Amino acid sequence: MATILSLDPRVTRMNLDAEQSAPAEPKPALDQFQTFEVFHQVKTGAHHTHVGCVHAPSPELALLLAKEQYGRRGQTTNLWVVNTRDVVTMAAEDADVFATTPEKKYRDVGAYMVRDKVDAFKKQMNEGTTE
Amino acid sequence: MNTAALADLCYRMADDELILAHRHSEWTGLGPILEEDIAFSSIAQDKLGHAQALYAIMHAHCGEPEPDVAAFMRNAEQMRCSHFVELPIGEYDFSLVRHFLFDAAEYVRWTALVESSVEPLAKLARKIHGELKYHLYHAQTWMVQLGAKGNEESHARMQSALREAWPYALGMFEPGNHEQALIDEGISIGEVATQERWIATVTELLASSTLEVPSSTEAHLGGRKGYHTDHLQPLLDEMTEVYRIDPSAEW
Repeated sequence: MATILSLDPRVTRMNLDAEQSAPAEPKPALDQFQTFEVFHQVKTGAHHTHVGCVHAPSPELALLLAKEQYGRRGQTTNLWVVNTRDVVTMAAEDADVFATTPEKKYRDVGAYMVRDKVDAFKKQMNEGTTE
Repeated sequence: MNTAALADLCYRMADDELILAHRHSEWTGLGPILEEDIAFSSIAQDKLGHAQALYAIMHAHCGEPEPDVAAFMRNAEQMRCSHFVELPIGEYDFSLVRHFLFDAAEYVRWTALVESSVEPLAKLARKIHGELKYHLYHAQTWMVQLGAKGNEESHARMQSALREAWPYALGMFEPGNHEQALIDEGISIGEVATQERWIATVTELLASSTLEVPSSTEAHLGGRKGYHTDHLQPLLDEMTEVYRIDPSAEW
């Protein structure tokens, strides 16, 4: 029997039949794990930030696997995992409810013309304390 | 400091870490799922780091060679690893069970070493405590998943792997040649006490996995004296192949 010779010694050791060409059995539908969304906290008190997801069969395994996927570099103090199914989301076609929001500049802090009043107030306060 | 006894202990621990790190790394790219592949590879890197730190302690305090030389220039008879870490990776059930039994032993061994009279060893024990806790947590989570929460097949496979691994795992506690000196000088608590704590730990953890502790008391001994399975030398040949082309090369 001719076996597969690979550059990877682990593959060579398996003595796989080079001639064999039987097709893999088709997978049953929905045989995959669920996904869990991962939230990463850099330091105590900071927000947990969404960083991606992991495949896992249970929340415990998800947390375990998230540790290496998202906590193996840099600083981490805590991780959250949430089953993707438990995330309530808006429908993509409803994005138009936000269509006019960027126009409403009066809701932005930067849109308030109060700099001169603030400066005047600060000046008044400083004069008050030096006297 | 009793440097001969310290080197005896460190070689046993470091060689176990080095060889198991290499075995674990054989799963890299072949793990059951992407996330677990990465996690298992990271654990292999951690083990390699522990081995390197132990070789460095022996180099600094016992007059042993530099870490790379200690790791890559010895043949099988000069190695002090247990037979347990030499065994091929088998199927993932066996690799997980070995990871669980080995890391439970690592955890109790290093937890005791925090109190070691050899300060560099105690300092290293404090430094890597979190890594060891995570390794055991990783192993235990899978044991529960495949034992208590899995199906009939996963439970049977884990129990079978556990029975196969058990006599080899007991071989981890084969003492070296300076056992009494290590205990008398407060360097380590000794293999008998380590094994007792390990049995208590794995018994408790396996109960939550609904897996039975094997009753066998047979232990595969010899590794700590330089007698090894036929699996070790081929592993060393493969692991050291590149290094030995030119040991003086700067990488």
